[in-house]
Amino acid sequence: MQQVFTKAMARNIFLGGSVFFLAIYVALSIDTWHRIPERDHADKLTPAVLQGKYIFDTNNCIGCHTVNGEGAYFAPELGNVYKRRGPAFIKAWIQAQPTGIPGRRQMPNFHLTQKQLDDLVLYLQWLSNIDTNNWPPNIQG
Amino acid sequence: MKYQSQKVAIPYFIGALTLFFGQIVFGLIAGFQYLDGSFLFPALPFDVVRMSHTNLLIVWLLMSFMGAAYYIVPEEAQTELYSPKLALITFWVFLTAAVLTILSYLFIPYAHLAALTGNAALPTMGRGYLEQPLPTKVGIVLVALSLLFNVTMTLIKGRKTTINWILVGSLWGLALLFLPAFYFPEDTVKASFAWWWVVHGWVEGDWELILGALLGFILIKMTGVDREIVEKWLYIIVAMTLISGIIGIGHHYYYTGAPAYWIWLGSIFSILEPIPFMLLIAFSFKMLMQRRREHPNKAAMLWALGTPIMAFLGAGVWGLMITLAPAQYYMHGTNFTAAHGHLAFFGAYVMISLSIISYAMPLLRGRLANSAAAQRWEITGFWVMVLSMLVIALALTGAGIVTVILQRAADHPMSFMQVEGKARVFFWVREVAGFSFFAGLLIYLRSFFITGDYEYTSEIKQALAR
Ligand code: HEM
Ligand code: HEM
Ligand SMILES: [Fe+2]
Repeated sequence: MQQVFTKAMARNIFLGGSVFFLAIYVALSIDTWHRIPERDHADKLTPAVLQGKYIFDTNNCIGCHTVNGEGAYFAPELGNVYKRRGPAFIKAWIQAQPTGIPGRRQMPNFHLTQKQLDDLVLYLQWLSNIDTNNWPPNIQG
Repeated sequence: MKYQSQKVAIPYFIGALTLFFGQIVFGLIAGFQYLDGSFLFPALPFDVVRMSHTNLLIVWLLMSFMGAAYYIVPEEAQTELYSPKLALITFWVFLTAAVLTILSYLFIPYAHLAALTGNAALPTMGRGYLEQPLPTKVGIVLVALSLLFNVTMTLIKGRKTTINWILVGSLWGLALLFLPAFYFPEDTVKASFAWWWVVHGWVEGDWELILGALLGFILIKMTGVDREIVEKWLYIIVAMTLISGIIGIGHHYYYTGAPAYWIWLGSIFSILEPIPFMLLIAFSFKMLMQRRREHPNKAAMLWALGTPIMAFLGAGVWGLMITLAPAQYYMHGTNFTAAHGHLAFFGAYVMISLSIISYAMPLLRGRLANSAAAQRWEITGFWVMVLSMLVIALALTGAGIVTVILQRAADHPMSFMQVEGKARVFFWVREVAGFSFFAGLLIYLRSFFITGDYEYTSEIKQALAR
């Protein structure tokens, strides 16, 4: 056995296998790239939505929350928060932070303007309409 | 140690262990904020503590990989490192950049940091593990280029072994896979898709090659087993890693907006991902059985054998638990993920780092192995850290189960914050085990301050007296 299966053969499986599956991955990714815009309604990525996304990213929201299950596990899912809470609640919530209730997990106040709040909510609305193969299982995220 | 220039690994290893210490301190703070949400607020909000914890982890692992490369590549190539001076300068640049970045997290609100560092011109901030401001990301690329130049030149001028090919090749891969950090599409679904190129590409692809190369090197040195056998095993292991892991990335594409075909592809290929970890166990223990010498560095041998076992548990078993699409439907983004993340990162990459440090540091300090007393401290540190990490992972798994039962799979699902209240006991267990981990780290670090060589004669006398 030792002699039948040589190091050179093992190396060729490594090189050949990686190149083969990498090529398949690239092909699949290109296909995915073409399908994503339809699944997430990319046409609705207006300047206001993108502004909201910028505010979302530069305040490190995923440092505590998840979006479609990715991020941190300290605070609720935000991918569907628009559907769970609605725009008015979300704005009021963000403005009311921190709650200051002793012992309760605290969210900072980001001192956002009305316009920034509007954009942020538009981004959360956009997020809530992505086709995520029916995830999360229920509205609680 | 055979070449003077290998000594440049010393600052890398010391720097790595220092940042490791910092990582755990932030982990303890973050864990405590789960129990008392107002702890240190508003001075240190949870997200700041968390990204300090995770970024320190990544940076110190990179630092120890670099130290390992500067140690291993010259020895394998049988020549001095191309430029020890460049390696030393690079170390100080890297350490300074890392410390400044953490300080900027702690003292500057994230949005201000983004504004100060030109994030608007090329947005890269606000993604997990890649939170660094643009200058830091550029710095990481420069540090990587310096490393690649140095080790590649050394490889070219010296003997070309399989270990060196895999090690240097995977360092190139590591640097290339970091580049998507500069690519942040405006479309969040695309951004998430590409984010995994870095994260999954590293931990379930490229870094497994680094892990294999380091473990192979240590085992060749410590067991005296024929290089040919080790190298054949290595190729099979890394082949299985990439064959399963490349399409296996699909296990991150089930519920994030990508097309549904990933549900099948990701599930089928990612159930194969534990195989390379199983092979690593088989490989290490086979080498142990066939050993031609008894190396006096028992602590390093323990780390080297513990690594594949813990990596298999964390990546293989805990990874498998959450990787099939129907299971992940309920577990995605819960503390199951955190349990897996902790056990896998620790078992694979923390432990391989501590393995190479354990093997190389005594040699770099001019002895084959540390004194028996120092090794006893190190081995105690090993067990305390390993067992504590297992308890951390079990506690987080418990918290994950609570979420699945009360929130994800319930007929009348509770809200997130209510569920967190119900899981409180598990967060307590995690925190207590975290302190125990910290104690293990202190015990481990203490071993470095016990001087003295391994004394064959006195050890033999003692053994005979027993
Ligand atoms: C040493 C190797 C590995 C390390 C260090 C590692 C680490 C991680 C980390 C840190 C995450 C969380 C990422 C985030 O923040 O969202 C994660 C997610 C995940 N890992 Fe791994 N992993 C490893 C190997 C594996 C393997 C072999 C499998 C499969 C068998 C696997 C399956 C998964 C899955 C399915 C997720 C997503 C969980 C979710 O949907 O929330 N991992 N991994
Ligand atoms: C070497 C040991 C450790 C490693 C490798 C490690 C690794 C990680 C990683 C990869 C993450 C991000 C993925 C995730 O969200 O789970 C993380 C997050 C975290 N770690 Fe650790 N960690 C270690 C030790 C600790 C300790 C001792 C504690 C404290 C008890 C701790 C507390 C935390 C907390 C609270 C989070 C945030 C989880 C969340 O988002 O809710 N870690 N760690
Ligand atoms: Fe993965």
